Amino acid sequence: MSKSPLRIEESLRKRIGGGGKCLVPYITGGFEGYVEAIYAAAEAGADAIEIGIPFSDPVMDGPTIQKANDVVLAQKISPLDILQEIRDLDIGIPLAVMTYYNIVYRFGLERFANALSESGISGAILPDLPLNEAGAWVDAASANGTETILLAAPTTTDERLEALCGQSKGFVYAVGLLGITGVRAELARSAVVIAGRCKAFTDKPVLVGVGIGTPEQAKEVSEVADGCIVGSAIVQKLLDGEGPESVGTFVAAIRSALDES
Amino acid sequence: MTDPSSDGRFGSFGGMFVPETLIPACEALEDAFRTAWVDISFREELNTLLADYAGRPSPLTQCERLSEELGYQVLLKREDLNHTGSHKINNVLGQALLAKKMGKKRLVAETGAGQHGVATATAAALFGMSCVVYMGEVDIERQALNVFRMRLLGAEVISATSGSKTLKDAINEAMRDWVATVEDSHYCLGSVMGPHPYPWMVREFHRVIGQEAYEQCQKALGRDPDVVTACVGGGSNALGIFSGFVDTDAELVGVEPAGGAAVFRGTPGVVHGSLSYLMQDEWGQVLEAESISAGLDYPGIGPEHAHLADIGRARYEKVSDSEVVDAFQLLSRTEGIIPALEPAHALAWMSRARRELSGKTVLLNLSGRGDKDATQMMELLG
Repeated sequence: MSKSPLRIEESLRKRIGGGGKCLVPYITGGFEGYVEAIYAAAEAGADAIEIGIPFSDPVMDGPTIQKANDVVLAQKISPLDILQEIRDLDIGIPLAVMTYYNIVYRFGLERFANALSESGISGAILPDLPLNEAGAWVDAASANGTETILLAAPTTTDERLEALCGQSKGFVYAVGLLGITGVRAELARSAVVIAGRCKAFTDKPVLVGVGIGTPEQAKEVSEVADGCIVGSAIVQKLLDGEGPESVGTFVAAIRSALDES
Repeated sequence: MTDPSSDGRFGSFGGMFVPETLIPACEALEDAFRTAWVDISFREELNTLLADYAGRPSPLTQCERLSEELGYQVLLKREDLNHTGSHKINNVLGQALLAKKMGKKRLVAETGAGQHGVATATAAALFGMSCVVYMGEVDIERQALNVFRMRLLGAEVISATSGSKTLKDAINEAMRDWVATVEDSHYCLGSVMGPHPYPWMVREFHRVIGQEAYEQCQKALGRDPDVVTACVGGGSNALGIFSGFVDTDAELVGVEPAGGAAVFRGTPGVVHGSLSYLMQDEWGQVLEAESISAGLDYPGIGPEHAHLADIGRARYEKVSDSEVVDAFQLLSRTEGIIPALEPAHALAWMSRARRELSGKTVLLNLSGRGDKDATQMMELLG
């Protein structure tokens, strides 16, 4: 049964409009307990959730997310299995998928866009599909109202930044550092810088991801950004067998740190 | 051979499918290469290195006993005689020189058999740059000698322990490194693959193989060979030699390992920066290639090969590991040349196709020498 998905940008603007900061947790799809973890994160104050669809060669991901990917792939869980499983989730906040372009390409662009809408998923993040190559996918996605969230990196020139901020839908995903996903001891200086640079070009929500792993880091980066994406720190809890409840507790801790500011 | 379109396509293949972080670096590399490649002083500097350091031109050897054995005339382009033992040095000297001019201080590379890693470590030593080479855990075991050579040359060799633990995973690790170090590091990619401009740039750096071979054939035969063949993993040595003959009537034949035959078993897909033929499952998960030769253990193929296959300008054949082992011994015994396992693939096809090739003249790009494979073959053959 297809329903009209909640829009990501709408959900984030609601939070921002109320003076708050946005929180988008990332959870690896197909991993044991991930559906419960999605519910737990939603209840703990997430504004949208990013569901990873595992790919065999995830070049933007560090060891934590790679490991979770490998666990899911070893169980022969397919992208379609994940999309079907999350089809009937009723969590009251929008969902996005994060995967790599070959998964989409192999699925077929239109077919993938249709599968997303049928599963009630509003957005897609494809880290190896930069602006220059995104045209065909964006056309297929837009036809269904799917929001393609583009990534901005510390190395992105102002000229490109302006273009990709203009074309990104849902929010602008500002990559917080030069590197791949994973928890770092301290927030990189570049995280605040890229957030500020993006905000100079757009009034869309700007969320920082990559290298945000603690409530303190989330709070610090959100002094400039409209919020953040937290991935590896959450996935690590699932890998450690701490279960979906621990995801809820952790997301709640970040939520309250963000609400303090 | 034609240059790619402005969006880095050969026909419908190629492109620049990399994280945003790397886009400015790919664009800067393209600009630097475009400028350098038409700059006479850059070309002179590179040619001097290729001649005085790498030992170019490499000879063309006419094989008397092998020709007799196979029943047709065989010529070898001797890339095995280059410094570091393979064709890889051509590309590496070009990229290292370019990286130096771009102000980069560190080279990052992936390697399968270790030949590209050794070549990159060599160039880094020559230019006084630091060097990190990613190599699959499985390949580190089967190519211990090359690991030692890289370390001796001052490079750091890092084991890629994810996925199939071979070349594909070494490339993932090298790209992850580059995402984090792009400001001072150059990714010295070792084949005609990856994001634009690599497939084009690497082919151009290997074009010297085809240029020399064309002139040498004119001198030796007074005409073009009928068939030009080379092994194909990513496909750099093949494009190097094909580039000299693509405008002739010579038939171009690329030979893949049966366990890594992207053209036969592959479908279009995107990995490591470009759209090309790729061995993948129905969901787009990349499959693990399997081959006796670490250098061809790759589930994809360079995008220009996909294009040449599509338009029918080149054809692609596949051979089994056991045919390769036979060919490895055949060349050793008939010509006193121990080939690397990679070019032994092309020779294996030549041996199988001897009836088809009867009466023809065949030019084989002998892309590397077999020293690195001696231990593995010693265990296999006793």
